[in-house]
Order: sequence, then structure tokens, then C-alpha cells
Amino acid sequence: MMAYRSSAAFQGVLSAFKHVCLRPRCGVICRYSTVYDTDEKTFDKILIANRGEIACRVMKTCKKMGINTVAIHSDVDSNAVHVKMADEAVCVGPAPTSQSYLNMDAIMAAIQQTGAQAVHPGYGFLSENKEFARRLAAGGVTFIGPDTYAIQAMGDKIESKLIAKTAKVNTIPGYDGVVKDAEEAVKIAAEIGYPVMIKASAGGGGKGMRIAWNEEETREGFRFSSQEAASSFGDDRLLIEKFIDNPRHIEIQVLADKHGNALWLNERECSIQRRNQKVVEEAPSTFLDPDTRRKMGEQAVSLAKTVKYSSAGTVEFLVDSQKNFYFLEMNTRLQVEHPITECITGLDLVHQMIRIAKGYKLQHKQSDIGINGWAIESRVYAEDPYKSFGLPSVGRLSQYQEPLSFADVRVDSGIQEGSDISIYYDPMISKLVTYGSTRAEALKKMENALDNYVIRGVAHNIPLLRAIIVHPRFVSGDINTKFLQEVYPDGFKGHVLTAGGRCDLLATAAALYVAAQLRSQKFLGNLRVSSVPPETRCWELLVELEKGVYMLSVSHSGQNYTVEVDGEKVVLSGEWDLASPLLPIAINGKYRTYQCLQRSASGEITLQYLGTSFKLRVLSKLAASLSKHMPEKIPEDTSSILRSPMPGSVVAVSVKPGDRVAEGQEICVIEAMKMQNSMTVAKTGKVKSVHCKAGDTVGEGDLLVELE
Amino acid sequence: MVIMLPRSSQGKPGKGCGLTWFFQQCTHHISHILACREVSPSTINEKKEITAQKEMLLTRAGGNLAAAFTKKRKFLFYTKIILFLDEDTIVAISLLIVHKDDDTGSDHNGNQYKTISLAMGRGWIISLLVLLSNGAVFVLKISFRGLHCTCSLTVTGLGLAVYWTRRLCSIMDQAMLVGAPVIGLNDSGGARIQEGVDSLAGYADIFLRNVMASGVIPQISLIMGPCAGGAVYSPALTDFTFMVKDTSYLFITGPDVVKSVTNEDVTQEQLGGAKTHTSVSGVAHQAFENDVDALLNLRDFFNYLPLSNKDPAPVIECHDPKDRLCPGLDIIVPLESTKAFDMLDVVHSIVDERKFFEIMPNYARNIVVGFARMNGRTVGIVGNQPKVASGCLDINSSVKGARFVRFCDAFNIPIITFVDVPGFLPGTAQEYGGIIRHGAKLLYSYAEATVPKITVITRKAYGGAYDVMSSKHLRGDVNYAWPTAEVAVMGAKGAVQIIFRGKKNQAEAEAEYVEKFANPFPAAVRGFVDDIIQPSTTRKRICRDLEVLASKKQTNPWKKHANIPL
Repeated sequence: MMAYRSSAAFQGVLSAFKHVCLRPRCGVICRYSTVYDTDEKTFDKILIANRGEIACRVMKTCKKMGINTVAIHSDVDSNAVHVKMADEAVCVGPAPTSQSYLNMDAIMAAIQQTGAQAVHPGYGFLSENKEFARRLAAGGVTFIGPDTYAIQAMGDKIESKLIAKTAKVNTIPGYDGVVKDAEEAVKIAAEIGYPVMIKASAGGGGKGMRIAWNEEETREGFRFSSQEAASSFGDDRLLIEKFIDNPRHIEIQVLADKHGNALWLNERECSIQRRNQKVVEEAPSTFLDPDTRRKMGEQAVSLAKTVKYSSAGTVEFLVDSQKNFYFLEMNTRLQVEHPITECITGLDLVHQMIRIAKGYKLQHKQSDIGINGWAIESRVYAEDPYKSFGLPSVGRLSQYQEPLSFADVRVDSGIQEGSDISIYYDPMISKLVTYGSTRAEALKKMENALDNYVIRGVAHNIPLLRAIIVHPRFVSGDINTKFLQEVYPDGFKGHVLTAGGRCDLLATAAALYVAAQLRSQKFLGNLRVSSVPPETRCWELLVELEKGVYMLSVSHSGQNYTVEVDGEKVVLSGEWDLASPLLPIAINGKYRTYQCLQRSASGEITLQYLGTSFKLRVLSKLAASLSKHMPEKIPEDTSSILRSPMPGSVVAVSVKPGDRVAEGQEICVIEAMKMQNSMTVAKTGKVKSVHCKAGDTVGEGDLLVELE
Repeated sequence: MVIMLPRSSQGKPGKGCGLTWFFQQCTHHISHILACREVSPSTINEKKEITAQKEMLLTRAGGNLAAAFTKKRKFLFYTKIILFLDEDTIVAISLLIVHKDDDTGSDHNGNQYKTISLAMGRGWIISLLVLLSNGAVFVLKISFRGLHCTCSLTVTGLGLAVYWTRRLCSIMDQAMLVGAPVIGLNDSGGARIQEGVDSLAGYADIFLRNVMASGVIPQISLIMGPCAGGAVYSPALTDFTFMVKDTSYLFITGPDVVKSVTNEDVTQEQLGGAKTHTSVSGVAHQAFENDVDALLNLRDFFNYLPLSNKDPAPVIECHDPKDRLCPGLDIIVPLESTKAFDMLDVVHSIVDERKFFEIMPNYARNIVVGFARMNGRTVGIVGNQPKVASGCLDINSSVKGARFVRFCDAFNIPIITFVDVPGFLPGTAQEYGGIIRHGAKLLYSYAEATVPKITVITRKAYGGAYDVMSSKHLRGDVNYAWPTAEVAVMGAKGAVQIIFRGKKNQAEAEAEYVEKFANPFPAAVRGFVDDIIQPSTTRKRICRDLEVLASKKQTNPWKKHANIPL
């Protein structure tokens, strides 16, 4: 069938429909002061060797510069947004990244086929692959990024540290050689002193990275890291260094051209992380004073110049509470979180990268670079934040609506309503950026944007993001890389309702229930006779919320509902549009956007309030009194079964039926989105049956192992 | 008027607020009726007697029953119907009918039975008149220790075969007369053996009413307890049968008889539980968590239905814009035709507020049927489900689809069909099972239907299955194809193997076949599809078509009745 689909006839049908609706919205890139000089000679055609939001992001700038774009995609991505946005698209292989987005042969062939003059690698995939850069150079195609030497030097953590030392950049004490095995790792760790960090020499983005506090953890960390490093980067070399406790992660954006000029574009504060992956970033940092900022910036530029860096790059630092900063690594690519730097500096980094790659000199001097306002970025992921701050979730985005109608909101995304979040790729949905003249203003806008962000069909981390940005510690700027573990030591549990919040939530659910009930009687035409005038009624309702039952009475006139909760009167007014996922209402005159996630005939209403979804059940007094007598369903005993907490593939199973297992023992390892997760049993017992084997693909909730 | 009372002295009024409230309402209602009449002095005593006895009957008996039933986690019929109906709208019917004969009931222990029939009522659901019948008759066992309930709930025609069944039948007749749906809340052990042929006659009377009312007014059964024997056929004759999980059962004979006849060991739940009937046998159309859940959902379901066959499909105020685009649909059909997509995603995107009341969601899942609204108007949705068995038509799915299409046709509900069907399922199991005659049912139903029929071919429409799925040739009013449609006699591979049997270069032939046949153009140029549309505009197009088709009038030639291949 592919034949017809790719045939001219089919494309004809499709192109006939290619109007506004099929074309994804380009989003708003805010605050660029850049002038796109279309007379400046540049590339005619660029191939973007990436997918998702970053591919779209690069294409937006290309379009502004008048450059034709070529997308590459795997077969499952044939319908993806980046494919539709591009002027041309080439399929480079099947879903697994190693056969498509990392498939250099296919990508080289695509370049040849389309005649692209340059390649933008985005981030991840081949962005820091020296072999790829080398092959491009050999083929006479420009790589939009630094040259092979810089990629190699900075991509290798061991080498980069040595170079950093020579460039007079502060570095962390640690072992600079390659660690051979777990025993050597333990020995080195003991020399440096615990805690230590074990990480992949070739790695980045938190993959293949483990922190160990003792010998046992060192051994385990070594094992996992080398496996992850092997599967993610095809290189299982590891290194060990001193782990700095309670540090902040602050990075400096640099921009260098091929003529020896380099700039630092201020810092990004990326301390809010989970499992060493960033969640919320901001620019500038609340922590740095101008002096420290300048010192960091100058060291970063010095490093860039030492490696003859060109293009955009990022020098990552760990900053301790005394504002001592240590070089962590240099990312020789465009970073995920680059938009916040763009917001405060007004530069379009992709534009600059393309110009630099074409050989132009930097347009700006260091003195031109200032800090204008404040920008915050939330990484919106398709993952369940209630499971270790985010385990991947997959599925189809049944409804998707970005909060683009608000000022100073930028959403970088590569998906649309109907897109699939698959197990093959990073589960990021979008990067939500808000900008304000002050931090408080940017935060306020972020709150509003998160409340108005509609995502249905997959679990998402908006509850966590929404909780972080209003947390007093975050608001005051008191953060470090351990923020999440410290603030939520028992894991994230969602927004905790205050008495007032509960009252608002109950009243909203009750009013929504009554609005739906009233609407259900509004038949058009006169065929159905109404026996009771419904208008004047007062509704007595019982609402269940978090195991509490509340008695409410609701009366209404027009669009206004008056709800009495615990003797307190709450007045709600709004549109009560029962079809819209967003529910903007005023409670006692105060506006807030709720989201109605679900509304069932049996009175269940799920509302999203302050990011967290709350399940309520609204029943009439009578139904509630009867519900009490309903037999309770016996929940499944979950201690003796192990279900997969996320979709992924089984890497290893270490038990067989009949084995005795101890509580907490690892029985299998599941890999999802390139993270290996160890599955342990909740009680001691004997294995009754094993329902998976290595290599299986499992879905969320699938039975893995049963105990007797 | 003779009123037989249970000889009880120690009953306490029921606690359940609904129950007490209902008793008050009934008493109030009766005294109101009596007060309205011109009461002569000679009837004052009678009036007093009626009121007093009524009250006793309701509160005392009810009190005990309520207690007994609360223990069993079941509710009295009243309580159920109050919950089910609009507030303050119930009018109980035939409250005072009791026994024909005081002597009829007694069990082998010599305990006497008293039967109170409190089973019928009339009320309003969401302001629609509905008549309820088939309620339970409570059989009270009178023992020396006083009054308590044996918990044998029987339906229709027991104990009171003569009076009671007559009343029940008359309420169904009345329902047909005024055009009001009948809803039965069933909880019955079957024929009361003590009643003999009277109870069988009672059943037959009701069955006849069910059949006469079929296609005239919607009939719905909600099974709320164990129903066995004759009691299961009335639900089977009605349009929809719903069950309550874990507490309701339907079987011809219970596990004990099964054991003695076939020596099978089977539990009630396995034999005729909600799970069995909603996923294996296809007897029931949906199951709900518990009684309250079931009644509330039934209320919701009821809102989709017209009151009778003379009523058009109801239109309700709609908040969902009728011209809303569904961008997700442009990318829902995978490029590889072997890959599945979820037809429910298509349905949810297109209908109002993503609300879809699915009928038989767990049975024959390769076809999806159910009710939804388009711009407020009730529509019946039929869709092949490529996620299950590639969406092929087999025996069960054909029958499931056919019955649903016929219901929609009988009650003026427009049918929207989403097609992705590779054909009828081949194989001995299907052929031996009679796929030909069962498949013909779906074909027959679509061909016969005169309601507005809109069809969207989303992907595959192969072979006979293309014809069946509401094609233009079967009087489809509006037939659309998405650009991904493949309308052909069969898939490329199979076709090429037949046409170019034994020849080399099959791949090339396949490509040629695809180019020539497996796309929407051949059908479009012949007018078999009205338009090739962009998927995201499907809702907009259908809403507009439904407006035009609302006044569609079409009649089939006169006949006594058609002869569907059963």
C-alpha cells in the first residue's frame, strides 16, 4: 500500500487538502530582535537530521531566512509535524533510532538525493557525532555546528576535562582515565571519596549517569551505566568523579564564529532536574551576581577559543553554595533549553548557527549582549509524574491545545492533536516558555499557560511543573539539583488541597453537574413535554472528593451558580460550555481556569485544578444514600504481582518459576525511552509464574511476574 | 375493594430515605385522589380503611423488606425507580392489587406467602414519559417468628397471575397507545411452580406485549438480580438488555439444574453473569458497576432515544461547534495498510463532546456500534474496528451490527457508518457457523433501512463487505471517502495472486493494481462515493448533511413483514 501512498495520485489528493488546517501552526517565537537579512547569501537547502520539536524549530528559522528544508523521518513518523512542515521529506528507515535517525548511510543518501547543502543536526541523535561530521565534510556538505575536532575534544568527557584545565577553567576533582571494571570503579571511588558520579564518557543528557554513595551502589551503578552507555551511544567507557553535593546546575551559552570570535550569552539556571534530566529552566539565574556571571562567561569563552569552537555551544557548570563553579562538560550543539536565552537576548540562535556555518563573522560584540527580562521554560513530557517524578507514558494525543492565545508564551513542539507518543523516541511533548519583564511576571504567565494547556490521551507532567513553579522555595530562588528529592522526599503526590481550594473545587464540580443536568433537558422542538420547570430548583448534592463526602446545595440563575458548602456561599459564573476541555470560571469574582477531564453519567467528574487532576463524584442526595449500600469491589492484591509501570521492552529477567525471592530483589529490567529501570518485588515469596522474557515489548500495566 | 394485608405486627418503618419518601408520596397521592372525589359519608370509613391499610402495607412491609434488602445490598423497586426518574414525577400504578386468592401461597413447610405487587409505575425521565413494568413482586414469607423476606423476587404473573399480569399487560398496552418507552427492572427467579399454568400464561401474555411493542416503542431491560427460566425471555425480546456486574444473572436454568442435566460444574457468574453475557454470549448490551451506577447510566442512555417510532430522533442543545475541525483525523490512518488504528478515536473526535454510548463494547469487538450526538441530534454509529481482527466481518459482528442498524431504522435514528473492512472472515469455523446467512443479516438491515445513512470510507472497503457497509448501492444517502480509502474487490496481494497466477514479477503487478484499483478514485468517478474529503472536515460535513437529511422520507414496498434471514 505504501506504493499508492507515495504515488503521484495520492500526493495529489493530499496536496489538494494542504491548506491551513493540515499545516501545523508555526507557534510564536517571541522577542527576537534579529533582523533576517534575506540579501545575505546563505544555503539554498538544509537537511534537518532530527525529528520532533527541534526539527520544527530549525525549520521555522530556515523559512524566515528563505531556505528550503528537508526532513528525514522513520516510517512511524511519516505523518509527523516536522515532515509536513518541511519542503521535502525522506524516509530513512524503520522506527528504532539506530536504523533511522542514527542511520548515517541512509541520511547521507537522503542528502545526496535532495541536494541539501548543509545539515542541521538539532540535539541528540547525531548532533555530537564526530563520525557524522567527518562524513559530511568528506561529502562536501556543511555541518551546522562546530568542526570535528571540537566535537571530539568536548564530546569525550575525559579529554574535555584536560582541555578545560589547560584553558584555565575550574574543574572537579576526579579520575580522568577510563574505568575498566566495577572493582576498579570501587577502588577509584574510595580514593576520590564518596559520593561519586559514574558517567558515560560519550554521554550526555543524563543517560548512562549514576550517583553512588557506597561500594555496593558503585558496583550497581557501574553495571547500569555501562549498559545504558552501550545502548545509547554505542560506547560503554565510563569515568568517575567527585560528586558535588547540593550543587546548582548553571550553564553558559556561547557563540563562536570561524574567525576566532566568541561571545557568552549569559547563563541558564537548570537546577530543577529529575534523574539528571532537566525539568524547569530559567534565564537568568537568581543566584549569580554580575561578577560571577562574567567570570563564568569568560572561562566559557576561553574554553571555546581553546578548542577553536565555532557555532553555538554550551558550557555546563556546577555551582556550589559559595558560588564556586566547576566545569562539568561542554555541549557542542544547540541545547534543548536554548529558547530562554533567545528570549532574554533577542538572538535567534539557529539563525546565528546557520550564518556561522556559512562562514560569516559574528554580528554582535560582547557589549551588545545584555539581559532583557526573564524567561522560564517548562519541559512538558508525556510521563506520569507520580512515578519517580516521571515515568514515560505512551499513547495518542486525543486532544491537544497549546496556550498560544496568551501574550509572551512560546511553545516549541513537534506534535499535534492525533500524534502518537511512541516508545521509540523521547517522550517530550513540548517546551513551554513564558517571558516577563520580571521573574514574578514570567512565573505568573507560566501558571496561566500551564492551566490552559490541554493534553489528553497520555499522562503528562503538568501537575509537577505547576507545583514546582509555585513552590515557595522555587519562587524564592532557593534551588539546587536535589530540589525535587528534598521537596518531595516521598515522591510527588500532586497538589495538596487547602480548605479554600477544596471548597472551590467542590463548588465547581457541583455547578458543572447541575449545568449538565439542566442541559440534558433542553430538547429542541416541542416534542417532549417538560413536567417540572427546572429553573427554580435548589439541588441538594453530595460530592465525594479524596475519601471525604460533602453536602452541597446549588441554586442557579442564568450563568451564575450559588453553591453552599459548609454554610459558606460560593458564587460561580462562567460560560459552562460543556463541550470545551477548558473551564474558565470566576469563583467569587476570582478567575481561574479549570479543566474538565471527564464527566460521566454516574456522576464522576474529573477536574484539573492547579495542574493536578482530582476525581470527584457528584450524586443526588438519594443516589448517595443508596450508594452507601452498594457492595464494595474487592481490589486486586497487588503485593504478589508485578506489573510493568510503563511501556517498554524487557532487557533481562533474572527469575524463573519456583525461585524464592526476597523483598526488594530485582527480578527484571525494563528499558523505556533508553532508561533502564529495575523492577523489584514488594514481598518475599516464591515465584509462581513469569509472564515476560528478555526482548518482549510490554505495555503499561502488563503482568510481568506473579508470586505465590 | 379487598385488600389483603400481611399479618405482621412488628415491622418498623424503613430507614432508607428514598423508601420512606416514596411511601409518603404514595400515601399522599392516594389520599389526594380520595379527597378529590366527592366522598359520601358511607364511604368515609372505607376511605379511612384504605388510607390506613395502605400506609401499613407500605411502611410495615416495606420496612422489613428494606432492612432485608439492605442486608442483601439490593434495593426495592421503588427506590430504584425514584432514583431513575425525575424527582417528584412518579405515579405508582396498581398499588392495591394483591392476591387473587389468599390460599395460593404456601411452601412445603406450611409457611404462608403473601404477595404484594408494587411493581408498576409511570414517571418521567428527563421530562419524558416512561412506563415501567416488569418490576419485582415481593413474596413475603410469613413464619411463626413474624414477617421476614425470603428474598425470592419474582417477576410478572406469579402469585397474582390473573390480576397482576393483566395490569402489567395493560400498562404495556397503554405505553404503546401513548407512545412511551417501557423499561423493565428485572429480578426474578422464574415461574412460581405453585402457580402452575397460570404463571406460564402470564409470561406468554407479557411476551406477546413485548413482541407487539417491538419497533413501536423502545423497550429496555435492566437486569438487577438473578433472572431464570421464563423471566429471561422478556429481556431477550426487548431492544436493549443491561446488567449489573456481580449481582445479576441471566440463565434458562441455574447451576443446580445444569449439574443434574449435563453434569457441568459451573457457578452462577460463569453461567450467566454480566461478564458472560456482555463478552461471550452477546445476550446483554452493557454491564454497570452496581445498581446506582446502572440506573444513572440508564437515565443517560434513555436521553438518546426517541419516545416511539412516530418520534424523530431527539435533538438536544449542543455546545460543541458543528463546524469543528478534527485535525487528529488527518493523521490517524497509518500509511501501511496492515497497521491498525482505533476506530473509537475516529468516533470520539467526530461526535459531540466526545460522548459515545457504546452498545456491546466487549462483544464482537471488531465492529463498534453505539449512540452519539451530532450537533445535538441522536445518531447511531457503526464502525469497523481495525484494532480487533483487522475489522473483518464475522458471524458475531454481523449480527451485532444488524440488530443495531434495525433498531436505529425502527426509531428514526440516522446511521453513520465508518468503514475499514478487509472483508468477511474466511475459514471453516465461519463457514460451518453460517457466515453467509449471518452476514446477510447486516446486508439486509442496511438495505432495508430508510433512515438517513451517511458512510465514510476511512480505509479498506473490500469485496462484499464494501457493499454491506452502507454502500451507495444500498441507498446510502451520502457516501464519503477519505484520501486513504481503498475501494476494491480485494487487497492487492490477493488480487494479483489470482489475476497473475503463476506469473513472475508479482511485485510490479501489485503496484500496478494498487495504482489502478486500491484507491478512492475508481469509486469516485463512478459516483459510488460522493466526495473524497479531508478527514479533519468529516464532522462539519456530516453535521451539514444531517440537517439536509432530517426531512428524508422513504418507504419500502408494502409487505406484511419482511423476511430477514434469521
